[in-house]
Amino acid sequence: MDQRKDKTHFMAGQTLYDKVWAQHVVKNYDDGDSLIYIDRHLVQEVSSPQAFAGLIAENRTVRRPDAHVAVADHAVPTRFRSAPLPDGLAARQVSRLTDNARRFAIPYIPMDDHRHGIVHVIGPELGFTLPGCTLVCGDSHTCTHGAFGAMAFGIGSSECECIFATQTLRQRKQKRMRITLGGALRAGVTVKDIILALIAEIGVSGGVGYALEYAGPTIASLSMEARMTLCNMSIEAGSRVCMIAPDETTLAYLKGRPLAPDSAQWDAAVGHWRSLRSDDDAVFDREIAFDVSNLAPRVSWGTTPEENLPITATVPDPLAESDLERRERMRRSLSYMGLTPGVRLKDIAIDRVFIGSCTNSRIEDLRLAAGIVAGRSVANTVSAIVVPGSASVRMQAEAEGLDRIFQAAGFEWRDAGCSMCVAMNDDRLRAGERCASTSNRNFEGRQGRGGRTHLMSPAMAAAAAVTGRLTDVRTLGS
Amino acid sequence: MKSFVSLTSVAAPLPDADIDTDVIFPARFLLLLDRHGLGRHLFHERRARASANEPFILSQAPFDKAEILVAGRNFGCGSSREQAVWALADFGIRCVIAPSFGEIFYGNCFRNGVLPITLGDPEHRQVMAAATSGAPLIVDLEAQIISLPAGPTIAFQIDPHRRQALVLGLDQIGGILIDDAGDIAAFESRQRAQMPWLHLDRRKLSYFDNLGKKDDK
Repeated sequence: MDQRKDKTHFMAGQTLYDKVWAQHVVKNYDDGDSLIYIDRHLVQEVSSPQAFAGLIAENRTVRRPDAHVAVADHAVPTRFRSAPLPDGLAARQVSRLTDNARRFAIPYIPMDDHRHGIVHVIGPELGFTLPGCTLVCGDSHTCTHGAFGAMAFGIGSSECECIFATQTLRQRKQKRMRITLGGALRAGVTVKDIILALIAEIGVSGGVGYALEYAGPTIASLSMEARMTLCNMSIEAGSRVCMIAPDETTLAYLKGRPLAPDSAQWDAAVGHWRSLRSDDDAVFDREIAFDVSNLAPRVSWGTTPEENLPITATVPDPLAESDLERRERMRRSLSYMGLTPGVRLKDIAIDRVFIGSCTNSRIEDLRLAAGIVAGRSVANTVSAIVVPGSASVRMQAEAEGLDRIFQAAGFEWRDAGCSMCVAMNDDRLRAGERCASTSNRNFEGRQGRGGRTHLMSPAMAAAAAVTGRLTDVRTLGS
Repeated sequence: MKSFVSLTSVAAPLPDADIDTDVIFPARFLLLLDRHGLGRHLFHERRARASANEPFILSQAPFDKAEILVAGRNFGCGSSREQAVWALADFGIRCVIAPSFGEIFYGNCFRNGVLPITLGDPEHRQVMAAATSGAPLIVDLEAQIISLPAGPTIAFQIDPHRRQALVLGLDQIGGILIDDAGDIAAFESRQRAQMPWLHLDRRKLSYFDNLGKKDDK
């Protein structure tokens, strides 16, 4: 026994990230970089055309066509899908992706397909996202897939080109941070409120340089959908990579998915996946313990995701901030958002509601929102849309009658896409409009030039739709 | 890739913290398919919103010719869009100096001949002050030194591999294909044996309409 102890002490235990990293090292360079093998690449229309153009210009081939799945999600319209795309630029971008997929024989899912959707929603749905794999996409929210114990991160277009040509990326290993979540969420509080609170605590650059691991009893109780929401917004704390160790919930989600291993390969894969957890004596560079039991529903008030507060709070006063740089930052945010310090958050009137995005467009999110909306109506000052994350989520919701609940209340029921999270199609705010949004970024202009975004959970967005202002979903009258 | 050895230029001060890539390059211009000519959309909203009394720094002489941008904390956070770097480079910015960067943006810079320099707060304050004066700075990548107009020099660190790639203007993909092809092939055959589920076979691939017969859901 002592011998084993000595040995583990000598070779400190490995974190989940260490293990998946080590399993993908093609070679180590002298300077501390490693060449990392990339198993899977999700390809979308915005970050890929320049990468394909680079391949063509250099007369290079795609090394492993089976390691990619291409789908257009950012620029696609979310209504009148069967008509030609109204935006000529968007139409060109989607057809470029189609052409490139055909040219390089890459698996492609067209816009009218029953498997179409946002890359970060359909990757898991297809079983393309698997524990222990390395997965990249030219999109910063690729960290979503860390919910499965994948080492998944967003990359730029030049890196997409490198993946196509070499199936590898030269990388420097990150430091490791574990965030241990304890406690049970109160009624009306969701995982979106956990991640908003965490970002407020560690800040938008608090995770820079770290691969995060979410662990602890709260995680064990979360569904895969909830885990994906949590992981999705890790980039808003500055972390490109985050991971959750796969468990029975993960396996139950993956079993039977079309691209997941089946028969004998399933058993072999599960055997491997069960080893994907941080060792008891693993050492992290930073540890944070976070109790979720006292959290309230949260809303953002500023123009960075860390600028968020419990709905019971008031708009903060920059003069109360002693740090001058932060004070200036707050002033800028409040000026853009058109908010006055001291105003109660729940007195802020809204114009639009967006339920969707790779953060909160999965079936559980829609069930949660529909539960709030049922039997109520969207306020007559508000226009509200629900954009399911995928065609599959949409069909499931329709099978459950959620579409009828939303539409009866006055929501528009749309087709899948990134939609008003990134405002590249015609789903966008007009200047000065204020939106209760389940998306991930409240940056200036993110939902449309001059638009003002308040981030919140699907339940909170649904409550805001009903009352026409930011609302504490826990106190919504029956 | 355009090589970067050293640079003498005025430096535009942009001290705001947390400038995200949506601000640097708004999403609606992401519909453009080409990576060239994006400089005209750089900081589009900031430039459009500026007034005669308060012009945007990059629209104002001598900073409209700046090849160096001195930015605030967490510059380039948010979206991975490489268009943010393409737009900066197309505008003429070859070097960004900040206390910290968004990680994906930081990596994207090196692949486009743009040098991102991270400085500690005191050094960053010095450089910001020098930039505001409008006098030119010298950034020497080989020596890893910034020379301020009044004389003092500030050292910075760039990862040796990245430094060399910038100085020589290397194409990283070509390098990997030449130097590492054998290692990659060896890794792949090992992985295919040990974790076959990571390689989609013909049966799985037939799930995609463009690659085979439709799999009837």
